[in-house]
Amino acid sequence: MTARRVVSRLAGVVGVLWGAATLTFAVEQLMPTDPAQTILGGAGAKPTPEQLVAVRAQYGFDKPVIVQYFDYLGGLLRGDLGTSYVRKQPVSDIIGQQLGSTLTLTIVALIASWLIAVAVTLLTAHRSRGLAALGSGLETLLAALPQYWLGIVLLVVFAFTLHWLPVVGDGGPEGLVLPTLTLALPLAGFLGQVTRDEFSSAMEQPFAVSARARGMSDLGVRWRHALRHAVLPGLTLSGWALGSLFSTAVIVEAVFVRPGLGRVLVDAVKSQDMPVVVGVTLFVAAVYVLANLLVNLAFGRIDPRLRSTTR
Amino acid sequence: MTINVADGLTAAAAPPVVRSRSGRAVRPAVWLSGLFLLLVLAWAVIPTTFTSGTPFDTDIDAAVHAPSLQHWFGTDASGRDIYTRVVFGARSSLLIGVGATALALVTAIVFGFAAGLGGRFTDGLISRFLEVLLALPGLLLALVFIAVLGPGVSTDIVAVALGSAAGYAWMVRGQVIAVKDSGYVSAATALGHKRSRIIVRHVFPNAMRPLVVLATMGVGQSIVWSSSLSFLGLGVAPPAPEWGAMLDAGRDFVSTAWWLELFPGLAIVGCTLSVTVLGRHLQRRLEGRLT
Repeated sequence: MTARRVVSRLAGVVGVLWGAATLTFAVEQLMPTDPAQTILGGAGAKPTPEQLVAVRAQYGFDKPVIVQYFDYLGGLLRGDLGTSYVRKQPVSDIIGQQLGSTLTLTIVALIASWLIAVAVTLLTAHRSRGLAALGSGLETLLAALPQYWLGIVLLVVFAFTLHWLPVVGDGGPEGLVLPTLTLALPLAGFLGQVTRDEFSSAMEQPFAVSARARGMSDLGVRWRHALRHAVLPGLTLSGWALGSLFSTAVIVEAVFVRPGLGRVLVDAVKSQDMPVVVGVTLFVAAVYVLANLLVNLAFGRIDPRLRSTTR
Repeated sequence: MTINVADGLTAAAAPPVVRSRSGRAVRPAVWLSGLFLLLVLAWAVIPTTFTSGTPFDTDIDAAVHAPSLQHWFGTDASGRDIYTRVVFGARSSLLIGVGATALALVTAIVFGFAAGLGGRFTDGLISRFLEVLLALPGLLLALVFIAVLGPGVSTDIVAVALGSAAGYAWMVRGQVIAVKDSGYVSAATALGHKRSRIIVRHVFPNAMRPLVVLATMGVGQSIVWSSSLSFLGLGVAPPAPEWGAMLDAGRDFVSTAWWLELFPGLAIVGCTLSVTVLGRHLQRRLEGRLT
């Protein structure tokens, strides 16, 4: 991996983020409601014309659109995502306060979904027909589950009926279990579908057969040889999976009444607090694009075959 | 699950799915899926043949009753029959699911074909635009759109369509380019056929074939997304019967009245699962024909 390649990739990332910022700015301009009205208390409030004029001047809505656009881009470069219309707080502060909770949830969920997917693959892929069908059926079912419903079912079973886990977490690890499972199980089903196919074809490759011929145990071949091949294509999905987890966290945080970016986003969408909506969206897009970049760069390190061709 | 099928496929450059399992084991599942979808379709078209009541009939004396012979799926807090509401809810769920997928596909075909068949400049422009859209996770794109226009059924359809269109467009573009460079198109060109005729006769049908599978699975995806939006209070508003909105309303009683959550949820899972199974079946059939 040469430095030039990294630089050109980074330039691509910056370009995509600039495009996303421009797109969201353009969409904001199409908004039928007056942001000054939102700032002064939403649809129900009746501000005087003087107040509206004052707010428009304060937020710069009276400037030409092109000036507003460059002000906005300049702010983004300084890490300034604007000020919330409703909370009157900088958006970057709001994100900073809520990020920890969402990040913990998504990363734990990503790890958990990999563990589940690998376990199901190791146990059921390339086994007898019944076991393989059971495993792939399980994966299909998991992948089809909508998170909000899965979350509720888990709550009813483990919190209300069995009383094993708390309904609302108090910040401890027990409170994280159900939200994590809610995010992780559908993703595990999806990742499992990808790894299963690769796993089966790796088990039929000559290297797997020769390892068996050398007297290696079946589990040894699965663990040492086939799994590596099976996990690779799935790993490239990890960047994408992180982005998808960030957006489904919106739903899971609503189900479990957890604080986090998702809750902030849904509240902002309801109150048409555009700086928060746009700020959170751009932030997630940045995480998503950077995660994908890192995965792509790391991929060459994991797979020796790719390394030789990229150099 | 809220994962865009197209996102997944494009992000991964997913490996070609090779399935060696015998088709016989799958057939009952395919049948069941087809039957279930037919049932839901019938619910949506002629709900009154399946139930005598309306989804708005309240009966305070029968509020929050567990499932019984009279109320198969139980009743909600206003004594409305859950079975009736699930049956009537099929219409809006299917309408939004199919509508959003169709809108997304049409958009994707326009952009994908323009990029795939256009010159270098057009392709570059559209590709960059699609890359920007793909950088925004689909559900978030839908939320931004709802924030701008305010919640509602038509906003929902467009928002869900927008969230998934970029992934489809990227696939269409790839397909068009692959078909355009294939041997039979070169042969047709060499035979002196007109460009428009080649596009209509060869490029379009062959580029569309893999999309059939994606579109089938996409309907399940759209149903989940739109019901998620209703669940978050950003879609179909109560008291209209809609599965996601019913789940949201039932949340307050989740510790005591499990039937409020179970049946609408099963309806959604049944739809997504059936659509996935049918999509897979189609995929296998199409692959069989191609190889």
